[in-house]
This record gives sequence, C-alpha cells and structure tokens, in this order.
Amino acid sequence: MENAVDRGNREGLVGWLNPARYGWERFSYWLQRLTGVGLLAYFVGHIYETSSLTQGPDAWAAMLELTQTPMGHLILLLVIGMSTFHSVNGIRLIFAHGGKGLGKPGRPDYPYDAVSLNYKQKSGIWVALILAAVAMLYGASVLFGGE
Amino acid sequence: MEKKRAREKKEKEYPKTSVVLKVFRANRISGQPPHYDSIEVPVQRWTTVLDALLQAKQYKDPSISIRYSCRMATCGSCGMKINGIPRLACYTKVSELEGSTITVEPLSNFPHIRDLVADFSQFFSHHKRVKPFIENSEADIADPGTLTEFVQRPEDLDKFLQFSYCIKCGLCYSACPTVATDTKFPGPQALSQAYRYFADNRDTGSKERLDNVDERHGIWRCHFAGSCSVVCPKGVDPALGIQLLRGHLLGFSSNEKKIAEKKERLKRD
Amino acid sequence: MAMLKESQIMKIHYVTAIGALIVVAVHIMMRIIMPYSMSLEYGNVIANYHNIPYAILLESILVLIAIHGFNGLRVILLELRQSKAWEDGVTILTIVAMMAVVAYGTRTILVAQGLGFE
Repeated sequence: MENAVDRGNREGLVGWLNPARYGWERFSYWLQRLTGVGLLAYFVGHIYETSSLTQGPDAWAAMLELTQTPMGHLILLLVIGMSTFHSVNGIRLIFAHGGKGLGKPGRPDYPYDAVSLNYKQKSGIWVALILAAVAMLYGASVLFGGE
Repeated sequence: MEKKRAREKKEKEYPKTSVVLKVFRANRISGQPPHYDSIEVPVQRWTTVLDALLQAKQYKDPSISIRYSCRMATCGSCGMKINGIPRLACYTKVSELEGSTITVEPLSNFPHIRDLVADFSQFFSHHKRVKPFIENSEADIADPGTLTEFVQRPEDLDKFLQFSYCIKCGLCYSACPTVATDTKFPGPQALSQAYRYFADNRDTGSKERLDNVDERHGIWRCHFAGSCSVVCPKGVDPALGIQLLRGHLLGFSSNEKKIAEKKERLKRD
Repeated sequence: MAMLKESQIMKIHYVTAIGALIVVAVHIMMRIIMPYSMSLEYGNVIANYHNIPYAILLESILVLIAIHGFNGLRVILLELRQSKAWEDGVTILTIVAMMAVVAYGTRTILVAQGLGFE
C-alpha cells in the first residue's frame, strides 16, 4: 500500500484555516504561519522597492510617492505588528521546541490536563500579542503623527 | 490553581432529557453517498455519547456502524469527532456538550470506511516505523545464564511513564494540523512513542531512534500547535514528548542515558 | 551538492531567526534616530549605504531573512503535498528564490555605494 499518497479523508487546508478549536497554541501556530508568509511577501517587495535607489533620486522619489501614502503606512503598520508577533512568538517557540519551559513528565491524574500546555509558555503568546499591539501603536504615532 | 480551574471547566453541565444525534452516514465500499441522519434519543444525566449512539442503533437504526469495546476510555476504539472535536464517545457525557443537537462524525485524517468507522492501518504503520519496543544490544537472550533483570528506579520510570499510557485512540492524529495535509508525517502518537522508548533507560537504541525521526517529514514538521495534547483523553501529552525528543536533537537536553552509561563503563574499568 | 540533514537545516532556521531579529531591530532603529520622513530622504539613505558597517548589516539582513523566510516557505509547501516532483520542485525553487533575492539585494547595496549624494 502506497502510504505516502493515500490522502485518506484529511482535513487539508481547512485544518489550518480553523484555528479556534484547540486553544491558544493552535491559534499561535496559525498566526505564526500567516505572519511568516506575510513578512516574506513584504521582504521581497521591500527588496524590490529599495532597488529604485539605483536609478537615481527621481526614481526614489517616485517610489516614496507610491509607498508613503496612508495605505502604505497602514501596510507598514501591519508589517510592524506581524514582525513583532512573529519574533516574540518565535523566541517562545525556540524554547518550547527544545522542551524548555514545558514541565517534566510525571504521573497524569484526572482531569488529565497536559503539562506542556501550561501558563508559563502560553503567556509567551499573550506577551507577543501585547507587544505587537504596542509596537503598532508606537508605529502609528510615528507614521501618522506628522513628525 | 490550574487543576482547580480545569476541574471546574470540565464539570460544567448542560442538563437535557433528549438529544438529536446528527450522525454522519456513508459507505465507501458500497458507494453510499455521505449524508447526515438526525436521530432523537432520550438521555439521562450520565448518558455518554456512546450510550446515545448505541441507543439509536438498538431502537432507531441498526445499520449505524460504530467501533467500540471497553466503554471506559481504556481501549481507544470509539474515537470520533463530536461537535467538531475528536473525542472518545464513551468518555464524553451528553450533558457536558452545549445544545440539544450533537454532531457525530468519523475521525478526520483517517481513511473513511463506513459511517463512524475509520481505517487505522496507516496510523499503525507510522507507529511500527518508530520501533515501539525495547532494543537492548547488551541483553543476550540466547544465553539464559547471563540473563538478569533490567534495573529501573522509580525516577527512571517517571521519565517516560505518562507516554506509555497511550491507548492508540487516534484523537491526536485527527487533531494535528500537520497530519491534516502531510501524508508522510508520522503524527503525534508515533513521535511521542519514539520518545517513550528513547527515554526508557532499558533501551540502548537512542541514536537510531533519533536518526529515524530526523527526516524531512519527521519530527521537524511538528510546530507545537498543541492540539494533540488538548484532545488526549489519557494525559499522555504527546506534545511534551515530541518537544523533549526534539530537545535532544537540538542539543538543548543532555543525553542523561549516555552520561549514565559512560559512568557505568568507567566504574567497571 | 551534499544534502543537509533536516536537523541541520532546522538549526540554521533557528540561528538565522535570532540573528535576523537582532539585525532587523537595528535596521528599524535607524529609521527613528531622526524624524521618520527625513530618514527616507535620498541623501540620507545613500549616506547609510556609504557607511560600511551599515552596508554589512544590510547584507546580513538579506542573507539571514532570505534563508529563514524561504526555508519557512519550503516547510509550508512540503507539508501541503508530498509527491517526489513537488518536493524536489519546492526545494529547488526556494533555494533559487533565496539566491535570487540575495543577489538582487546585494546589487542594490553595491550600486548604491557608488552613487553620490544628490
């Protein structure tokens, strides 16, 4: 039996797109993926837009006209939020993936709550969300504050 | 504090005297197309979803296919999706579910056979691949004269005991987002069993076990979404086992077994 | 090309993550050491590129983010489908994309170094 290609009633992308069923860690997995892809897209666009520097000040000014708009600033705000969440959550994940902060195996008892889903590492997700919000607020004050 | 909160959460009740079971029906072999049948059954305070299904099977529609056995959350046969979440039907009381309609579907990520029954052969083959048995190169069972006991202290047992509680119900496999799309990923059950044998001090195949999971679709495709541990009915916490195993691959955790073996060897020499 | 073990690739993924965090933080700080709009003026930007340590910083951002980002994309795409053609295609495509982005960004850095302030 070719196990590798038997897709067998798998949830597929729907399994990724519904992050609310299984708690905070599943939500953070979903958001980490989303922000990662978003940041990669921004990164490629950013490399392209900054290359207009090589065509002289007029090309640079034209690029700034395109990006330094309210819409451009909103996108940048989103990028600020995404990068803050992705970084802080990423640090939490580096520790979690190494088994740090997840507690020790023991003898489970009713109600059989998982020791790895503890508040110590779960709070990392909340800290990441809060810091992302704070960074976005600060970014908004710089971008829209008219400095 | 966490345990008290969890216990309070688990003990929330939604009393009802009857429920409507929305049962997924399909027969892949005879080609019966998928549809839902709504069956009303009377329930009491302690009625489990399995009780309700068997009641429906006995009095309303005997053709419903269900897999079950022990009725006490120890065999792992009655795993199914109840209101969208993988659960054991015998371990889920009707009164702990909100609403008067309970949707019952077969476990996702398993090939479907009929109604609420899924095919576990791929799940078991992933489990077999991680060599779920003690491998000890120093135990020579051909020469009974040299046989002796494996020494294991309670502290050694505690390192892997909870992972040995796995009943292979498949709920973790069904909840995992990676298994949802990756056909080659072994799944949380197999990976946590890999850790169970890795951490067992009677086993000497640590390096081979680590190499076995260090693959493109192996342990690295786990992203600690934690859904496996959320749905596990036995407190196995497969997510913990997988991250601990990965910690050894990353060099975060020192291999205590190797250190202990080295000390033994030095003592002997 | 000798294939890396998956554990080696993921160690690189984690190391580039931490490295990128530091260098990107410095890069963002550069935009707020002076009024934001002033920091985007052509002359000021060119001056940044003429600063060799900053140019090295930009190059390291390029390399670290390209590796981390495209490896992340590789992981996501590998989990979606598992035929040999898809897996080989995804691996090759992400490596090529990584090199292309680094090459294009390096070109910008090198050309900008030779430009005058206008």
